[in-house]
Amino acid sequence: MSYLEFLSTYGELLAGGTLMTLAQFVLAALVAVAAAIVSGLMRLAPFKLVRGIATVYIELFRGTSLLVQLYWVFFALPLFGVSLHKFAAGFLTVGLCFGAYGAELVRGAVVSVPKGQWEAALALNMSPARRMWRIILPQALVIMLPPWGNLMVEILKGTALVALISVTDLMFEARQINSATYLSAQAFGTALIVYYIFARFMVTPMMRWLERIMARRIGRA
Amino acid sequence: MTNDMSQYPLRLEGEDAPMIRFQDVTKRYDDLTVLDRLNLDVAAGEMVTIIGPSGSGKTTVLRVLMTLERIDGGVIYVDGEPLTHMEKDGRLVQANAAHLRRMRGKIGMCFQHFNLFPHMTALGNCMEGPVQVLGLSKKEAEERALELLDMVGMAEKRDEHPSRLSGGQQQRVAIARALAMRPTVMLFDEVTSALDPEVISEVTNVIRALSEQHQLTMLMVTHQMGFAKEISDRVVFFFDGSIEEQGTPDKLFDCPEKERTQQFLSAVLEAT
Repeated sequence: MSYLEFLSTYGELLAGGTLMTLAQFVLAALVAVAAAIVSGLMRLAPFKLVRGIATVYIELFRGTSLLVQLYWVFFALPLFGVSLHKFAAGFLTVGLCFGAYGAELVRGAVVSVPKGQWEAALALNMSPARRMWRIILPQALVIMLPPWGNLMVEILKGTALVALISVTDLMFEARQINSATYLSAQAFGTALIVYYIFARFMVTPMMRWLERIMARRIGRA
Repeated sequence: MTNDMSQYPLRLEGEDAPMIRFQDVTKRYDDLTVLDRLNLDVAAGEMVTIIGPSGSGKTTVLRVLMTLERIDGGVIYVDGEPLTHMEKDGRLVQANAAHLRRMRGKIGMCFQHFNLFPHMTALGNCMEGPVQVLGLSKKEAEERALELLDMVGMAEKRDEHPSRLSGGQQQRVAIARALAMRPTVMLFDEVTSALDPEVISEVTNVIRALSEQHQLTMLMVTHQMGFAKEISDRVVFFFDGSIEEQGTPDKLFDCPEKERTQQFLSAVLEAT
């Protein structure tokens, strides 16, 4: 079977899987950003308890395997009465896992905003929340965008694991085709190319574009 | 801190009450005592300049006034009320956040490195405080900001981000930003130290104009002795965390009494 024949036979399945991968990626990325900002800021809170909660989350998700986490959320949590649909379990777990890495990016960026910015905001008598939201976070965002570009690619590739809790993503379809036809090179080769194209020509340019926009808003362009 | 606070008045009253009073103010960093039982009064409308060698505690005086640093002993009063403390059951206790916020509203500060917000234009920098803190409408805040930008000669650059402005221009915007909060007391912390020599006068001219209006109480730390001599009502020489000598600019610069003052001044004059 030529590769073209392969594509015309299985293209539809693979396209469906690609769409599912995209959906998982976008939702996981949103979860990761939200979790990273919340837990990253919690790590800087003046209260030990708040910092402690964030540390537990970060250590738990960073210190264990994403695959084990997926199995836990999908197979073990129902035993404790929390049942999630596999689609939700997939993107939530991937998002929370990479959000734990993102938390350190947020914390690091906030800390590296020059001290003078905090002092100027305080001298204007801004409340702590306003200082953070209006002055520090916009500048931290510019600092943390480049490493977030890296993380976004990791999230995209990380979504491949949701196939193992039978979310019908690109990897899932490729595995199905492989076990039915033994055309491993074609099946996994196509998956490889699609992931690469997304990472190289979609995620990375989008993050670069965001970096440029933010740089302009801060008057650096 | 086991200070006996009962020796300090709950507030300063009477016509001759100063705008700012440091009473036995002590500030330490670990073992290093930066301010050692400092006593200093500044009258309303007065322009006081603090000079002294680096490490003598002069910048710390401004920083504790702006509540950027806590003090370890004594009391600071601003506009008759304790700044670092507040009254509770007839005694002075550590000020809480609400009290600090209320008192901080009386004070404005300009920094050596300007510290403008890089993600806002010159106009945005000057509107931020009035809109976010004072609750002015955008329109009112813009009017106020434009008036002040005009006063410092920066109205034309209103839409520029700080990164497109020279140091002197940034510092003038920073002065407008601080003034937009309508402070009673203005603090200038080495505002010309980071500037190229040719733009220093842009900034000193603005400060001179402010001092001539005599509405603001101003406290300035500077290394520019000529400027200090010209515009100050009083000059205070700091050494090792306390006041070594103070007086009118003419007296302090032309016939200093203390040996350390003489040494410092001759060293500075030699360098310039």
